[in-house]
Amino acid sequence: MGLNFSQLPEYAGLMAIGAFWTIMLTVVSGVVSVAVGTVMAMARLSSRRIITAPVSAFMWLFMGTPLLLQLYFIYFGLVEIGIDLNAFTAGVIALSVHFAVYNADVIRAAIAALDPGQYEGARAVGLSYFQAMRLVVIPQALRSVAPALGNNMIALLKESSLVSIIGVMELTLSAQKAISETYRPFEFYIAAGVIYYILNAGLEYLLARIERKTALTR
Amino acid sequence: MDVALILKVWFFFAEAALVTVEISALACLLGLAMGFLGALGKLSSYKVLHYPARVYVSAFRGTPCLIQLFVIYFGGPQIGLNLEPFAAGVLGLGLNIGAYMSESIRGGIIAVNEGQWDAARALGLRYMPTMRKVILPQAARLMIRPLGINTVALIKGSALVSAISVVELTYTAHRFISSTYKPFEMFTLSAFFYLVIITVVTRGINALDRRYAIGA
Repeated sequence: MGLNFSQLPEYAGLMAIGAFWTIMLTVVSGVVSVAVGTVMAMARLSSRRIITAPVSAFMWLFMGTPLLLQLYFIYFGLVEIGIDLNAFTAGVIALSVHFAVYNADVIRAAIAALDPGQYEGARAVGLSYFQAMRLVVIPQALRSVAPALGNNMIALLKESSLVSIIGVMELTLSAQKAISETYRPFEFYIAAGVIYYILNAGLEYLLARIERKTALTR
Repeated sequence: MDVALILKVWFFFAEAALVTVEISALACLLGLAMGFLGALGKLSSYKVLHYPARVYVSAFRGTPCLIQLFVIYFGGPQIGLNLEPFAAGVLGLGLNIGAYMSESIRGGIIAVNEGQWDAARALGLRYMPTMRKVILPQAARLMIRPLGINTVALIKGSALVSAISVVELTYTAHRFISSTYKPFEMFTLSAFFYLVIITVVTRGINALDRRYAIGA
């Protein structure tokens, strides 16, 4: 049936709305996943097995299974125990939890690699556990993991396309809507790909700037 | 936990797990081939090899795998590419992971000391023999871990082919969740198979890495 890109401009608005929601999904899930990941990392480093064991098991389970499976479980599965989420919320939760686990993994390594003297010193000057973590340990750890967290955010932007499968309005679903009216899958998926590529390049640029600003200069 | 139900349906999941293994293995082979081409191309000083390789790696790493699968499976027929879901899945996953693998392979090659190139040159070896006999054997051991990480990501990413109706683990889980209304059991079953596959592959990679690692 050949290619014909002439119908793309007609759907530019729809694609722009989709791109907007892709950005929203990435930003919201990104922020939540770093916050939750930090808490998980702290829990993982706890000295009490009753805290570390379930967190480790949870992380192992979520790192060993695909995001799509987790998404299906959260959206279709939690209804069974009375948690009926709308598609957008389910999508944000799935992306956040999935990437929180990966973030927790790198943050945990960074906290563990930090000189223990930092924590001990903070406690010695009278800070509580949470103050020492919040004011001394985590700021330094986050700084050293900025590149690794950045990679996770880039992955998150691309993986956010998965939530189109449960019907969340974002870029991939925009393309699908346009295709259902025009029957031009090749053209619109390529167009969506180009927009993802641009968003991805923008995010990489932003992350490189953040990395430069937060880099440790010794 | 409805154990009777799990015992009744586990076989469907086992069969689907085989499809996941099969599609991942084929995509991994395609990915390694594309990865080598991509890496050698990006390292080449010939523009006709360098730029296509760069565009390939950048395009496939810069866009979602799901979009790539959709372009191939739904868009393919428009450019004369009519593929079954399974074949489209292998092609999409393989091209996607190939772009990532190309960076792992390139990293391994450039990590080999440049003096090795000079020495091989001095002995009279041309580019290909140098690559094959001197550089790659040393680079290969450095690539085991990054390529292993790519492979594990590929296995998890293979869930995406359920969106183009390949009947693999995630597709099967989804189908049974909607027909049995027992999401916990079905999630547990499919997670079990994924964890088994990934644990086996990870162990294998660790063993290879220990066997061939330099020092450490």
